[in-house]
Amino acid sequence: MTGSILFEAIVFLLGAIICVSIAKRLGLSSVIGYLLAGVLIGPYVLGFIGNEGEDIMHFAEFGVVVMLFLIGLEIEPKNFWNMRKTILGMGGLQVAGTMLLSYILFTSLGYDWKVALVISMAVALSSTAIAMQTIKEKGLMDTTFGTSSFSILLFQDLIVIVMLGIMPLLGHSDIVSSADNHKEHVNLLDKLPMGFQTLAIILSVVLIIVAGKYLIVPMLRKVAKTGVRELLIAAALLIVFSISFLMEYVGLSPALGAFLGGVVLSNSEFKHELESTLEPFKNLLLGLFFMAVGASINFIVIAKSPLTIGGILLAIIVIKAAVLFGTGYVFKLKLDQKLLLTFGLAQIGEFAFVLLSFAFGLNILNQEQMDMMLVITALTMSLTPIISIINERLILPRIGTKESVQRPMDHIAKSQKIILVGFGHFGSTVGRFLRSHGVEATILDQDSNRVDFLRKMGFEVYYGDATRLDLLESAGIAKAKILICAIDNPSVTKQVTKMVKEKYPHVELMIRVKNRYEAYDLLNLGMENIYRESLETSLVLAKDVLSKMGFRKHTLNRQVHNFIKYDEEIIRRLAKELKPGNDSYIFKARQELEQQEKFLNEDFKRGIVEFDNQWDSEHIKKALEKTKD
Amino acid sequence: MNKILVLFSHPKYEKSKVNTALVNHIKDIEGVTFHDLYECYPDFHIDVEAEKGLLEAHDIIIWHHPFYWYSCPPLMKQWIDLVLEFGWAYGPNGNALQSKTCLNVITTGGAREVYCSEGTNSFTVNQFLRPFEQTANLCGMKYLPPFAVMGTHTLTDDQLANHVIQYGKLIYLLQQNLELNDFNGCFFLNDIPQLQPQ
Repeated sequence: MTGSILFEAIVFLLGAIICVSIAKRLGLSSVIGYLLAGVLIGPYVLGFIGNEGEDIMHFAEFGVVVMLFLIGLEIEPKNFWNMRKTILGMGGLQVAGTMLLSYILFTSLGYDWKVALVISMAVALSSTAIAMQTIKEKGLMDTTFGTSSFSILLFQDLIVIVMLGIMPLLGHSDIVSSADNHKEHVNLLDKLPMGFQTLAIILSVVLIIVAGKYLIVPMLRKVAKTGVRELLIAAALLIVFSISFLMEYVGLSPALGAFLGGVVLSNSEFKHELESTLEPFKNLLLGLFFMAVGASINFIVIAKSPLTIGGILLAIIVIKAAVLFGTGYVFKLKLDQKLLLTFGLAQIGEFAFVLLSFAFGLNILNQEQMDMMLVITALTMSLTPIISIINERLILPRIGTKESVQRPMDHIAKSQKIILVGFGHFGSTVGRFLRSHGVEATILDQDSNRVDFLRKMGFEVYYGDATRLDLLESAGIAKAKILICAIDNPSVTKQVTKMVKEKYPHVELMIRVKNRYEAYDLLNLGMENIYRESLETSLVLAKDVLSKMGFRKHTLNRQVHNFIKYDEEIIRRLAKELKPGNDSYIFKARQELEQQEKFLNEDFKRGIVEFDNQWDSEHIKKALEKTKD
Repeated sequence: MNKILVLFSHPKYEKSKVNTALVNHIKDIEGVTFHDLYECYPDFHIDVEAEKGLLEAHDIIIWHHPFYWYSCPPLMKQWIDLVLEFGWAYGPNGNALQSKTCLNVITTGGAREVYCSEGTNSFTVNQFLRPFEQTANLCGMKYLPPFAVMGTHTLTDDQLANHVIQYGKLIYLLQQNLELNDFNGCFFLNDIPQLQPQ
């Protein structure tokens, strides 16, 4: 419409802000909002973004690149090795199964075997961007579904290297150079003979690993020494950009290189620094990426042959879903986890864009085939969040109820006096300590695999979503004395405790919260027993620091007690000052800062702690001297 | 009627049959405040101001504790260290406890016979309790002889029941503000005529 970069930026940002906030208000994933924004501003609806959509997509792919770098950072090679069975097993099964079925589909539709092979490679891959974003948003990373998805996606990210390596062997390299005018960047590989191409790929992977150890880490150390924060941001971006450039130069997926780079750096001391630095870039770029996907849906291609595309689209989703379900079955996932996995990964991923255009460049695919597959890919990605909603709102609730009813009622009927909700890192410690005193709490957890595992260990753990009152009721809330809420997610905690306080006021609530801010919230709802998970640990650390500086431990211990008491007093006082009814994030963040300021002011007024006079004869000596005078 | 504060300290109360029986008999009597130190301050972090308030609100203070290594359990010593402040309980202007009454109620494993110059413990219980006696003196309190349940290792149920009833009677007598002279000449409050079976 207009070439102005500013105008485009405004269109994108406005689209994102409007659509994502609408999606969030409707309780949908932000991915849906972004995709919708993309469709709206794209060439076929409002037309703000025209052909430049492709360039934007190219730019926005950096979001995926940065995301994979971050994912790589989180996987230390050791963990990677520990997960090898799930990664290879689940991932291998999924990719092989999907490729086989879709190869059969496309050859039976009359496609050439090379075309069918390339397309089925693309189909086998799922979208790391969409799946991981959704999983993280819902806080499901710790569940079996989360780790299974992660393993499968990781395997796919790895297998892409092989696919990209194989593809040149399928192509007709002599025709390539003439038809290659659509590619702006130069591929080093195009000029090399075929055997060398594979070698170059292997070499570049090795290069990243070596450079990570001997070049990047020393560089980061130098940068960190300067103490200039934005230099570190620059360095982080430089790393990601250089790796991407290198990978593109040899014709590989930049995302993959970034992932490798991340893994290499995950053992370095800069892991967390890099993570926090790149996180905001990742989120914005990913949003842009999803919008670009939405904008790239070519409605003309769809309009030309809606039935064919619709049919293939449906077939692909069914194939992917069936294979994922089967994989879940082989690896003995619970039904609910299996369904989450099935619908969560049943789309074609962003790597397909890379694979398909690479194959197009190699003249394996023609323009029509590529356009069709690009449209289908974008459509499957757009459908995923919608399918997931159907699964979560319509299918899972029924299954959830069934599973909890199927559990033997006699155990729940024992109605222990204590109910423990959430059996993660926090809750499991609580449960173990109670159990070591012969107190068996009724435990609720929403990861059915964990439930089964813990039951084997002899724990009384029940499966279900604690925000459902009927489940709490069948767990014996009516007769319970205490409900321990050890849930990780603040909004779920609020929901559960509010509900129990309202319906069963006799039950004493003992609540784990993450921080002061969550504590304010619950204090204002009238909750009493609130346990901030970071308070005591941070004081123990501070105490040890002072001890190392020469303060005596016993005195410090007493001061820690005083500090906790003092902190609890302020928190109760400041909670009242918070204005209720303002839930918006920005407002909260600003209030948080104001509160922090008040805390520091209170500390300042209190001054350096006056040590008490206990076991101190100084003041006695002084007083006695006074009486002599 | 005198208000009585029982400062009870026992690190393993739930395992002590004798103290459970003694405490259960007296803790709910009207005008008696039973204060379980190990339950209130499991981490030894005594709230000094609260304790001072309690002391001010009562006329008779009972240190009720088992006799460990010829003394009290550590939390009670901590209580004495922290609560009886200079300038409040003793020293210049330290007269908050003036004219209150104070005594030890103790349980000992060894019988009365071993606490004498010829016995294995060489000294009498009264001698071992001198630090408490002098603590009371310094704070201007009247110090009474101890009420002691001794030989708990070999105590029969009947004997225990007798001690429990005696403890209850003692509390009643203390509430009625008996003259100090009534107790003179006793090594143990257990021996005063009012507590003997009629």
